[in-house]
Amino acid sequence: MELLSGGEMLVRSLHEEGVEYVYGYPGGSLLHVYDAFYKQSAVKHVLVRHEQAAAHMADGYARATGIPGVVMVTSGPGATNTITGIATAFTDSIPMIVISGQVMSHLVGDDAFQETDMMGISRPIVKHSFSIKDPREIPEVVKKAFYIATSGRPGPVVIDIPKDMTMPNERFEYTYPKKVKIRSYTPPQKGHSGQIRKAVEILLAGKRPVIYSGGGVVLGKASEQLRKLAKTLNYPVTQTLMGLGAYPGTDRQSLGMLGMHGSYESNMAMHHADVIICIGARFDDRVTNATSKFCPDAKLIHIDIDPSSISKTVDVDIPIVGPVDSVLNEMLEIIAELDAPDASALESWWKQIEEWRKRHGGHYDKNDTGLLKPQEAIEGLWEATNGQAYICSDVGQHQMFAAQYYKFDEPNKWINSGGLGTMGFGFPAAMGVKMNFPDEMVVCVTGEGSIQMNIQEMSTCLQYGIPVKIFCLNNGYLGMVRQWQDMNYEGRHSSSYMESLPDWTKLAESYGHVGINVEGKDQLASAMKDCFGKYKDRLVFVNVVVDPEEHVYPMQVPMGSMRDMWLSKTERT
Amino acid sequence: MRHIISILLENEPGALARVVGLFAQRSYNIETLTVAPTEDPTLSRMTITTTGPDRVIEQITKQLNKLIEVVKLVDLTEGAHVERELMLIKVKAAGAQRAEIKRTADIFRGQIVDVTANVYTIQLTGATDKLEAFIESIGPNCILETVRTGVSGIARGEKTLSL
Repeated sequence: MELLSGGEMLVRSLHEEGVEYVYGYPGGSLLHVYDAFYKQSAVKHVLVRHEQAAAHMADGYARATGIPGVVMVTSGPGATNTITGIATAFTDSIPMIVISGQVMSHLVGDDAFQETDMMGISRPIVKHSFSIKDPREIPEVVKKAFYIATSGRPGPVVIDIPKDMTMPNERFEYTYPKKVKIRSYTPPQKGHSGQIRKAVEILLAGKRPVIYSGGGVVLGKASEQLRKLAKTLNYPVTQTLMGLGAYPGTDRQSLGMLGMHGSYESNMAMHHADVIICIGARFDDRVTNATSKFCPDAKLIHIDIDPSSISKTVDVDIPIVGPVDSVLNEMLEIIAELDAPDASALESWWKQIEEWRKRHGGHYDKNDTGLLKPQEAIEGLWEATNGQAYICSDVGQHQMFAAQYYKFDEPNKWINSGGLGTMGFGFPAAMGVKMNFPDEMVVCVTGEGSIQMNIQEMSTCLQYGIPVKIFCLNNGYLGMVRQWQDMNYEGRHSSSYMESLPDWTKLAESYGHVGINVEGKDQLASAMKDCFGKYKDRLVFVNVVVDPEEHVYPMQVPMGSMRDMWLSKTERT
Repeated sequence: MRHIISILLENEPGALARVVGLFAQRSYNIETLTVAPTEDPTLSRMTITTTGPDRVIEQITKQLNKLIEVVKLVDLTEGAHVERELMLIKVKAAGAQRAEIKRTADIFRGQIVDVTANVYTIQLTGATDKLEAFIESIGPNCILETVRTGVSGIARGEKTLSL
């Protein structure tokens, strides 16, 4: 049997899990592990400029592929710098493995140099965490970590490794376990058949049905089943921010996003529905508005793999706990046996929905001054990329505009921090995607606020040749903050104006990349052409100057029902 | 309403912190908590008493079940069960009071486990309300110190919480 040190076992175990890239930053407590990296070539290490970015890179990769990304950081500040990244992944149920170094076991608790209680600090934001007490545990712990991160409702797992667990001169017999069993952890494999049948009966009896689909459909790889369900029944589909793309955004049956900045037709359809099937979503407060006024006439069916999501914020009539793909497959079989839903009721429901669609349908007023509206910029990006790009968004107005106006036709292509709302997420996430899909168009849609939260990664992009496109909607303001200040604080723009912005083109160039300024409507198309044509293999920072006055609409009125919305600065439902 | 949640937990470092952390981070209430290893040294048994509306209790049990180290749990208050708490209470017992306190302890089936010229230390076991009734009978003026273990509970009959 082979003898390996703890550090070597760790790297080898990652290789056995099929890991190609590890995103990280070395430091004292992990130097033995980094030495083990150096002596092999199967697992490559990507050196970021800030550990938070390592976590977002791993996260972006996981969102695009469903495979957990791996992060490696040293103890103390290295570990704490990943916290925002771990929380981002946790909130959106993204699989991730974070390996953090720790001071020598005998120093733990002594406030040693670069010691911090990573197990304690990360506890509320991980699915699980392990602290290595014996180097011989390493292979099994890695195996368990990947199993936990990817099964059931996915999430991040931390492995904390004291330096003395990786000593190069202490070698142990190494075998990698083929599978692991955890007696206290059995994620659901299938939904309750009786409940599924009951749900189908209620769903087919609906006269005003809506499919409300979420990120669980993307994570659970059930996009095909969702499409089949919607097509078989001719029911309208609305998707959460996390779920976009699971159902094609350009399809007639797609009503777009729902919730706070959801489309008028989505929110109206939800409010007036008599049956709603929620698939892999969680009745989040950004979706429901006031839960007491939520969809008063609707019978609710809820499919989720996590029992704690059921009836957490809104009581549901038919809960089904199970993986979305298998539950939907079972539903489709039952639907095939039963009579089709009432066609004339469905026809008048669609007629009503089309009227709503006509009333607003994503309308916005364009400027005649030549100044781009952010919506127009996103539409231009959609055209330039044929709607085929991976769009990795930061957080704010640009995120909502991208969600509303970039019509995603495929799952896993819309990558954003939906639950935690982490500014600074988009750029490193895009890097993680691009490294693993070098032939695809990968765009970070951002604002001049968000991009500065991880802008140092332009250096990493230079080192590893990661030609992502940064599409920065620059309105000179923290736009979403400004919007709330306009709407709720009589326009008092407290700390939402960013003076002293850099010259973006020069900044990009100083890192060895390309910068393009878009200062008017007429420059967008040619900038896009250069970005994806002439500079196809370069990182391009496109600074798009947009109208600072623009707000994101529709916007639900706080404490109202789904249908209570502002549709523009002057128009309310 | 008050609930007694009984948990079978992996006897591993950090498991207790995860349970307690869950209650803190989600603003759930803990009234009492007891934990000790079982006959199987790999497992601990924990009893938590908590109060809250049904929706919150349901979330508590679901969120606890999500913790990897939680092997099984049961809400004992959903069925017939036995609950016990142990209290050690130190009371002033001088002069004429001594006999009266001894009598009260006897009524509650308490045992005097330590005696000085002026103080009795009484051990009392029972459900929470019995301990509280005793405290009330003795009256606040003569109580010097109390220490309680918190509730341990077990289902009546043949039902067990085991692997």
